[in-house]
Amino acid sequence: MRKMKLVVVGNGMAGVRTLEELLKIAPDMYDVTVFGAEPHPNYNRILLSPVLAGEMTIQDIILNDLDWYKDNGINLLTGKKIVALDRRQRKVIADDGTEAEYDRLLLATGSNPFILPIPGKDLPGVISYRDIADTDAMIATAATHKHAVVIGAGLLGLEAANGLALRGMDVTVVHLGEWIMERQLDKTSGRMLQQALEAKGMKFLLPKQTAELVQGESGRVAAVRFKDGDIIPADLVVMAAGIRPNTELAEKAGIHCNRGISVNDTLQTYDPRIYAVGECVNHRGTAYGLVAPLFEQAKVCANHLAMFGIGRYQGSVTSTKLKVTGIDVFSAGDFSVSDDTEDILLHDPGIGVYKRVVIKDDKVVGAVLYGDTVDGSWYFQLLKDQQNIREIRDHLLFGKSHLGDAGHKGQNSAVAMADTAEVCGCNGVCKGTIVKAIQEQGLFTLDDVRKHTKASSSCGSCTGLVEQILASTIGGAYSPADTQSKAVCGCTDLSHGEVRKGIRENKILTIPELMHFLEWKTPNGCATCRPALNYYLISTWPHEAQDDPQSRFINERAHANIQKDGTYSVVPRMWGGLTTPNELRAIADAAEKYKVPTVKVTGGQRIDLLGVKKDDLPKIWEDLAKAGMVSGHAYGKSLRTVKTCVGMEHCRFGTQLAMDMGVKLEKMLFGMWSPHKVKLAVSGCPRNCAESGIKDVGVIGVDSGYEIYVAGNGGIKTEVAEFLCKVGSDEEVMEYAGAFIQLYREEAYYLDRTVHYVARVGLDYVKSKIVEDAAGRKALYERLLYALQGYKDPWLERSASTSATELKRPFETLTV
Amino acid sequence: MSNWKSICALTDIPALGSRVVASVQHGDIAIFRNSNDEVFALHDKCPHKGGPLSQGIVHGRQVTCPLHSWKIGLDSGEAAAPDVGCTKPFQVKVEDGTVFLSLP
Repeated sequence: MRKMKLVVVGNGMAGVRTLEELLKIAPDMYDVTVFGAEPHPNYNRILLSPVLAGEMTIQDIILNDLDWYKDNGINLLTGKKIVALDRRQRKVIADDGTEAEYDRLLLATGSNPFILPIPGKDLPGVISYRDIADTDAMIATAATHKHAVVIGAGLLGLEAANGLALRGMDVTVVHLGEWIMERQLDKTSGRMLQQALEAKGMKFLLPKQTAELVQGESGRVAAVRFKDGDIIPADLVVMAAGIRPNTELAEKAGIHCNRGISVNDTLQTYDPRIYAVGECVNHRGTAYGLVAPLFEQAKVCANHLAMFGIGRYQGSVTSTKLKVTGIDVFSAGDFSVSDDTEDILLHDPGIGVYKRVVIKDDKVVGAVLYGDTVDGSWYFQLLKDQQNIREIRDHLLFGKSHLGDAGHKGQNSAVAMADTAEVCGCNGVCKGTIVKAIQEQGLFTLDDVRKHTKASSSCGSCTGLVEQILASTIGGAYSPADTQSKAVCGCTDLSHGEVRKGIRENKILTIPELMHFLEWKTPNGCATCRPALNYYLISTWPHEAQDDPQSRFINERAHANIQKDGTYSVVPRMWGGLTTPNELRAIADAAEKYKVPTVKVTGGQRIDLLGVKKDDLPKIWEDLAKAGMVSGHAYGKSLRTVKTCVGMEHCRFGTQLAMDMGVKLEKMLFGMWSPHKVKLAVSGCPRNCAESGIKDVGVIGVDSGYEIYVAGNGGIKTEVAEFLCKVGSDEEVMEYAGAFIQLYREEAYYLDRTVHYVARVGLDYVKSKIVEDAAGRKALYERLLYALQGYKDPWLERSASTSATELKRPFETLTV
Repeated sequence: MSNWKSICALTDIPALGSRVVASVQHGDIAIFRNSNDEVFALHDKCPHKGGPLSQGIVHGRQVTCPLHSWKIGLDSGEAAAPDVGCTKPFQVKVEDGTVFLSLP
C-alpha cells in the first residue's frame, strides 16, 4: 500500500515536535516532507537569548541535527519558503518553484514580529528578534557600533537588551506602558526589575512613544525620535513590540483565520486535511507565544495524525520566567485586582524580595514573584490543579518547603548555587551538569532531566531545585507536570485516578484484562506501572483479584530487601518492638549459622540481619519460624512497624498501656499491602518517646484517652503529623486508625505516602470521612478487616521444609 | 562451536520471570522468559553497578534492573538510551519444552 504523504510547513519547534510525537506512535504511516524558510535544522528558539548574551553558541541549541531527519526518513528542504497552498490539488509551492503534494498538511508557520508602522522602519540597522539571522546581526553590530535602542520591554525585548548590554553596547529600552513587562508583572515588581536592570547598565524611557527612526549620513539608522520631540542616538534598533501569528499562507488559501489560524480541540483547521500547531494558531480565542502550550498541542495533533483519534487540547495555563542571569522573576496566571479576588503580599525592598499571590474562592489564580522565585513552580502547580488552599493560606507565602528537604544542606534556591554545587545528593549530580544537559540535549521536562542526568530520579528530595534549574534555563518553555492528570507512565495516557476508577467500575481482576480493557500501549507494561496496577487490583478487589508476583518489585517477591551486592536483609517481626530471650537466641543462632555479616537495630525497633544469600532465605526463615517469628515486611509497600514507648506498663509518667496498644495495632494490620510503606507509633504520654509526630498514624496516650495524629513523615521531607481526633478507648483507636489507613489504601496513588495523599485531598476531607461520618468510618474499618482476613505468613509459606515447590523455586539456583 | 546444555523445563521459569544458572566459568547467568514464551540469557550483572538482572521486572523484550532501574534489552544486553552500557548475552533455545543454553 502507498504510504500517505505528510507535508510540514515550518521547521521550527512546533512542527518538529509534532513529528517527534508522531514518530513515537506511528513511525511508518507517512512519507514526511518538511519545508523550512531558514537554512538551519530545528533549533531551540528560546535559547537565542543565551546565544546573544554569549553564554552559548548556535551549535549548542540545535535540537534535531541533519542526521535526525535522515535517520527518520524525513525529507528536509531548508531555505525554501512556501508561498502558495493549492487545496484543490493538495499541494504546496515554494518560492523557488518546488512543489510537494500532500494527503495531510501540517502548518507550523510560527509568528512574525510586529513592526511598528513608523517612518524609517525599513532602514538598515533596524531589526526584529526572532531567529538566528537576527541574533547574528545583533552580535555583529555590537562589535562595531555603540548605541542600541530596544523598542518594547516585554520578555523578548529585555532579553535582547540584556544580551546587547553584555556585548558592550549602550542600551536604551523604550516602552509604551507605564512599567516594564506589564502583561506579566504588576507595577511594584515591574519597578523592582527595572531598578535591577538599570544597575546592570541598561537605561529605560517610559512611558514613551516612538514617532520616527531617523536615517544617518551612512544610510543606516542613526537616531530615534519620540512623540514628545525627544531624540536619542541609535546605531541599532531592535523591534520587540510583540508578535503576530503568521497566517499569510493559510489566509491566501481561504482557511479561516482570526488572529491566528483557527483550530479546534484536535488542532484541525477548517480544512479537515490540514492541521496547524504552535504560535500560528488561535485555539478557543487564544494565540500562545510560549513553548509549553505548543508541546501540549504537538502531542494531541500527532495523536490525530496517527489516526488514534483520542486526546483533546483544551488550552494551557502559562507561566513566565525571565532568562536574565542573576535576576529572578516569575509570574503566572491572572493578577488583576477585582472585587472577588484577594491579595497575599510580602514585600521586603531591603533584600529585594516581592511575592504576591492572588486568591479567588480559596484557589490560587495568579502569582508574581521577584527576587525569590523558589516556589514559583509550586504556585503554578496549585494554580493549574485548582487546589483548595484554605488550610495552608497562613503559610502560603513562605513556600512549600519552609521546613527544608534533606540531602542538600537546606539549600533551596537554585539560582544562588554555584555550577559545582551538588543538587542531587543521591546520584551526585551538580548544577552545572544539569544546566549543560538541558541546553545541549534540548530537555524540557522534569522527566527528561531525570532520564538524562539521573538528578531527582532516586529519592526525589531535590525535585524542587531541579525544577527551578529547568525553569531558569529554559524560561517560559517550562511547564510543571500536571499532577492531577499525569499519566501513570509511558505505557498509557491514563492517570492513576482514572486507572483506579476503571478497575473499580468495571470489576477488573487481572493485569492482562486491565491492559486490554484500558488499551495499554505496551504488551506487558513496564517496571513503573505493573507494581501500581497489581496493588490497585488487590486493594480494590481483595480475595478476588489475582496477585501477580511477577508484577511486584523483587523485595516483595523475595520477601526480603535486596542490597547493593545482590544479597538480602531479613527483619523478623517483633510486635510493638517487643521481643523475648527465646527470640533473641534464635536470631543469634541464625546469624551465626548463616554467617550473617551485619546485625543491626533498625529505626523501627527491630533487628536486621544483613547480607543473607538468596538461597539461604527459606532456611533462615524456617529457623526463625521455629521460635515463633514471622515476616517483618521490612521490604514491602506494606505495614512496616508499630513503634512503642514503654508506656504505663513501666514508665512513671505513662498514662496509657502504649506497648499493649501498639501490639494490638500491629497484629490488626499484619500483612497489609498499601500504596507505600506505612509506619505507626504509640506513645504512652505527650512526652512522645515513640516519635508519634512523624508517623503515618501516630497515637499519643493522655490521661483521658488517646490523641490520633495522621500523615506525618520522617523521611525525605520531615513533615509533622496532623491532629485527626481524640478518642477514649483502645477499640476506638483501632477503628479510627484502621479506617484512616483503609481510606488511604483505597484512594491514594501508588507510591504516595499518607503525607502526599492528605496534601492532595486535604485534612478536612479526611476528617469528614473518618471523624464526622460514623457509618462510613465503620464501613471502611470493616473493609480493612475483610481485606486482611486469612493472611498467611509469607515466610512460613516459603520456608525450607514446608513449602510447595512452586513457592520455593524462585530461591533455587540452576546448574549446568 | 556451540555446546548446548539442557538447563530446565520452560515451565520451570515463570512467564515474565527468570531463573539463575550458576556457572563456575562464566559466573551467574540469568535466563528470562517473556510473555510470548521467548527465552533469553544474559550475564546476571547490570552494566551500571552490577545489580542482579535476574531479580528485575521483565516487560516486552526488556528487564528493569532492581537496583537503579536501568532498562536492559534481553536479546542484545544493551542498556536503553540515554543510559549506555552492555552486558554479555548468551545463546539460548527451547526445544520440546526444554531450555538449552550454549556456553562458549
